Amino acid sequence: MSQAFHFITLALYGGATATYLAYLARTTPAMASWAHKLITLGFISHILAIVHYTSCSGHLPITGMQELLSFMSLAIAGAFILFERRFKVAILGAFILPLVMLMLVASSLFPHFSGQPQAAPVAGMAWFHVLLALLSYAMFSIACGTGVMYLIQQHFLKHKHFGSMFHKLPSLETVDRISFQCLTIGFPLLTLAIIAGAVRSELVIGRFLVWSDPRQMWTLGSWLLYAVLFYGRIAVGWRGRKAALLSITGFILLCFTLVGSSHNVNWYP
Amino acid sequence: MHIIVVGLSHLTATVEIREKLAFSPNMIERPLRELVALDEIVEGVILSTCNRVEIYASTRDIAGGMARLRRFLADYHHFNYERLEGHLYSYHSEAAIRHVFRVAASLDSMVVGEPQILGQLKAAYGFAAEYKTSGIILNRFLHKAFSVAKRVRTETRIAASAVSVAFAAVELARKILGDLSGKTVMLIGAGEMCELAAKHFIGCGAERIMVANRTFERAERLAEEFCGQAVPFERLFEHLHQADIVLSSTGAEQAFIGPAEVEAAVRRRRYSPMFFIDIAVPRDIDPRVNDLENAYLFTLDDLQEVVQSNIAQRNVEADKAVEIVDMEVARFYRWLSSLDVTPTIVALRRRFEEIRQAELDRNSASWKGLSPEDEQRLDLLTRSIINKLLHPAMAVLKQSGQGGRTDLYVDALRQLFDLQEAEADDSGQQTRE
Repeated sequence: MSQAFHFITLALYGGATATYLAYLARTTPAMASWAHKLITLGFISHILAIVHYTSCSGHLPITGMQELLSFMSLAIAGAFILFERRFKVAILGAFILPLVMLMLVASSLFPHFSGQPQAAPVAGMAWFHVLLALLSYAMFSIACGTGVMYLIQQHFLKHKHFGSMFHKLPSLETVDRISFQCLTIGFPLLTLAIIAGAVRSELVIGRFLVWSDPRQMWTLGSWLLYAVLFYGRIAVGWRGRKAALLSITGFILLCFTLVGSSHNVNWYP
Repeated sequence: MHIIVVGLSHLTATVEIREKLAFSPNMIERPLRELVALDEIVEGVILSTCNRVEIYASTRDIAGGMARLRRFLADYHHFNYERLEGHLYSYHSEAAIRHVFRVAASLDSMVVGEPQILGQLKAAYGFAAEYKTSGIILNRFLHKAFSVAKRVRTETRIAASAVSVAFAAVELARKILGDLSGKTVMLIGAGEMCELAAKHFIGCGAERIMVANRTFERAERLAEEFCGQAVPFERLFEHLHQADIVLSSTGAEQAFIGPAEVEAAVRRRRYSPMFFIDIAVPRDIDPRVNDLENAYLFTLDDLQEVVQSNIAQRNVEADKAVEIVDMEVARFYRWLSSLDVTPTIVALRRRFEEIRQAELDRNSASWKGLSPEDEQRLDLLTRSIINKLLHPAMAVLKQSGQGGRTDLYVDALRQLFDLQEAEADDSGQQTRE
């Protein structure tokens, strides 16, 4: 049953991604509306798949690379739907949905990631930690997408390229605002996730932090980067290119963290 | 009769050349009179705007007429013909009609859909009508052009979505600053373009206007007009950071807003982006300002480029307009062609009649014994022979008036029966009345 939902979701996400990319090439309101319908349906089907899985297995599917990727693509799709509605920037889909699609496809390609075919369900504080982290990742992925959009649009403006892409991309201000909002939601989530992780670590192995754990170091590194960005935005007024570059770098760091976490079996005792 | 167009526009010539070839509307009578006095030219209209200089004429001789007009443009303005030649375009027949319809419908304008060109064309025609340099062909032609322009405007959204350079500035500002409501605009110097742009910005929600001018009274006057605030020129940089949009067009000899000042202003406004438009020549704002983060500098050329890209974006509307134009071109060309057939037929008949008459006269001496009845019969007989001979040719000519081969047939007939002279005289009188 979950498998069926999974494939329906895959098809709908694929359709939505294709439509958003087509929208990039040929911008019509009808196209945007179709794309929005597809991604919303895909999101619903994805939720059903997860609800079904959870009700069958008794735990959220956030264990192992396959489930993590799938759950994260759900979180990004959900965040995207919210932001698209709020800021009316359908074009964002062309920059976000390929990532969503990629994650879901990767999740289907490696159903049983090496090392933890039957990982024990994540429980208690760890569950909280993983969920928060994934939600913050979703926010940061959107910030990364808008960062890319910002850099492209800024390039057009600085170098006076006024092609069709220039007309389709939203204003710098809009893109920057979305990015800032992602940061204001994502950063506290990540902070909480790290605290939850540290507490969990203290409870399980008696230490808040394991310096030798590369994943924890990656996480701390990206948290520091987002902290600097958050501070810079609020206190100094950073925005634009600097903020966009930091958002993109931060997300790349997070991706390393995510990949790193799959190699860390100790985390889930 | 053929319609020919010779001219140059923003697409083929720079403003330096265009302004040298422009005809002043106050002194348009002389060139118009000289134009129709040219051998090959029957009627003429001169359109001269800041973006184009064009001569519309009717002629019997396409190649000769066009060559004459090209020369005329150079000679009249004492401009080197070799230098001018590359910038000129010339069209005849259908292409000429299409070109003028496109110009009237504002499809050929720098800003597609801008409405001024129609007014300018009407004025140009007004002069020609006043000095009687346009006749039946150009009269009908230009009236048709006006109605085509009207059709295009009502049946497509080309005019509704028209942009000007000033509006392009607003569009760009929106791409950088997002919503313009509550934004502050600073006007430095005075210039029509800046004021127009400022009006557009206010129309789009900009809240506050600051005006700086070397003469403070002038700044105050302009500020009053916009319900804004006048800023003494020497204290410009104390206020610069308050402006989201800066429009500059002073006559300063060199750039007075440099990267250092702008960087300070941007920092002072906590890196909130600033949008600069520099319309002045020489520049008021150092081009390096554009390299700064959160500062965007655009010159008049850049704005024009935006306008160009908007034209590309409006291709769909333009395509619809082109369809209308094509339809009307075909319709008008049919009329023009049928007009061309009629004098040809008349001339052909006359040529035959002349021959018949000449032969009758030549032989009348040897027919002394003929009764008046016989003479009448002979007359009828020769007439009927001519009619029978001409009939198939007439039929084909009249039919071809609806198709596209008229020029070919008319040209062949003229050459075969040597109709050039007689016919030219005839319609020359007709159209110049």
